[in-house]
Amino acid sequence: MDDVKLLKILEKDPRISTKDLADILDESENNILEVKNRLEKNKVICGYHTVINWDKTNCDRVQAIIEVSAKTERDKGYDDVAMRIARFPEVKSLYLMSGKNEFMVLIDGKTMREIADFVGQKLAPLEGVMSTVTCFVLKQYKIEGVVIDEERFEDQRQIVTP
Amino acid sequence: MSRYLNKKIQMIAPSGIRKFSEMAAGVPGVISLGVGEPDFITPWHIREEAIYAIEKGRTYYAPNLGLPELRQEICNYYQRRFGCSYDWQRQCLVTVGASEAIDLCMRTMLDPGDEVILLSPCYVAYTPSVQLADGVVRYVNLKEEDHFKLTPEALEAAITPKTKMLFLNFPSNPTGGIMSKEDYAKLVPIIKKHDLVVLSDEIYAELTYDGHFCSLASFKEIKDQVIILNGFSKAYAMTGWRVGYILADSDIIKAMIKIHQYAIMCPSIISQYAAIEAARNGDNDCVIHKESFMARRNYVVNNLNRIGLECHMPQGAFYVFPSIKKTGLSSEDFCEKLLFEAKVAVVPGSAFGESGEGHVRISYAYSIEQLKEALSRIEKFLKQFA
Repeated sequence: MDDVKLLKILEKDPRISTKDLADILDESENNILEVKNRLEKNKVICGYHTVINWDKTNCDRVQAIIEVSAKTERDKGYDDVAMRIARFPEVKSLYLMSGKNEFMVLIDGKTMREIADFVGQKLAPLEGVMSTVTCFVLKQYKIEGVVIDEERFEDQRQIVTP
Repeated sequence: MSRYLNKKIQMIAPSGIRKFSEMAAGVPGVISLGVGEPDFITPWHIREEAIYAIEKGRTYYAPNLGLPELRQEICNYYQRRFGCSYDWQRQCLVTVGASEAIDLCMRTMLDPGDEVILLSPCYVAYTPSVQLADGVVRYVNLKEEDHFKLTPEALEAAITPKTKMLFLNFPSNPTGGIMSKEDYAKLVPIIKKHDLVVLSDEIYAELTYDGHFCSLASFKEIKDQVIILNGFSKAYAMTGWRVGYILADSDIIKAMIKIHQYAIMCPSIISQYAAIEAARNGDNDCVIHKESFMARRNYVVNNLNRIGLECHMPQGAFYVFPSIKKTGLSSEDFCEKLLFEAKVAVVPGSAFGESGEGHVRISYAYSIEQLKEALSRIEKFLKQFA
């Protein structure tokens, strides 16, 4: 079975049943379960998440994208400092970047103050971190490939001949 | 006022698909699996190009052959994807969908009484387009056990001294059957020997699933005899734009222009600009659409076999053509009963010719959710025949 095909389907719909997956991929259910387990075990599948528009809830939430300039260490490169940043639960995503600054950090917090405290007291003082630029998210238009509040097109196909 | 109508038009029967879609439209809560068009919206980069053309005031007539840039891109595309080379200046004509192309071919090539070999079951427009051009239709009945391929024996048996044209359509609507390079290779000597003109409707070329699409024009020894019909509708989900094309020998294109320029002049120039973008930058759209259809094909075929409507795995297009013979009903009766009792609309196989009898055409250009609901309704419906 083509792992990539299975992954692409799961990426779009993690809730799909094993039976439907088996039918779609033209495989046996057992085979699907086996491959899925292996991919989970090998951390190819790292989790099954839900895309939520938090703006529509009454839950306070602020997001920021922080550019972090960092110093590399001999023998370790950026991996050590990256792991130190990644361990904070506030950090949602972390990337090593090309360009002016080394890291891009996505942060979730309840308030701007909370994020400011995190940057000032946790992130900036870390060993290896040289400087930070904090950019607060003002509004989300698209998350994980989903355009928020996009008008859903009904099936607009007409009755035609032939 | 029908006394004024000409005899030819009175002889043409109404389309079997239309009859059913109209009947289905009157049933509340119906799920229709009858539509022969992709459910995708045209990819945004293609739509955006049309908007840009309008903004730039590109709203004039296009040249009769089609925009030069579009013809170049079409020829590049056929070379890149299928290895067939055509001269964009003399061997390519842009039409209003492949539908115009079919009509154009018939009217350009046929003399009254010329015989055209059609494969049965076939797309519903083929027979009338031959008749309207005063041609005579001879059917070759394709068999399910051959996976609806055309065999050399069947072709040879259908040829008479009057045969001028062979009309092929692979991947096929309604059967989803395909012809591989090896399958075609067996036909090539026969086509050569009898000097047939072959119309190859390749509109579903990009929807070939488990192998690579083979164009009949890739056989050099008969390339001059082949007329390729294709278009942007199915591969790029551009049905409403109405852009098709013909690739053929320059003498044939030159003759077709005589009809095309007076009857049509040119397809919408806005659509042609969109089509340039599709042909130039749309290869990936074809892949995305194909993968999505393939998933749904597997889903439908596996479920149909499970609930007792047997069918093989079709290799192309977006239709399955299961047999309903074990219900003891005719195709039409089955479809009517299914529509009114289970509220699912499919098209009777008989609409595609006599040899479609005993089958139904199910289009799977629908979301998995819609297919799931339709299949569960069909399953319940089938219990009465168990």
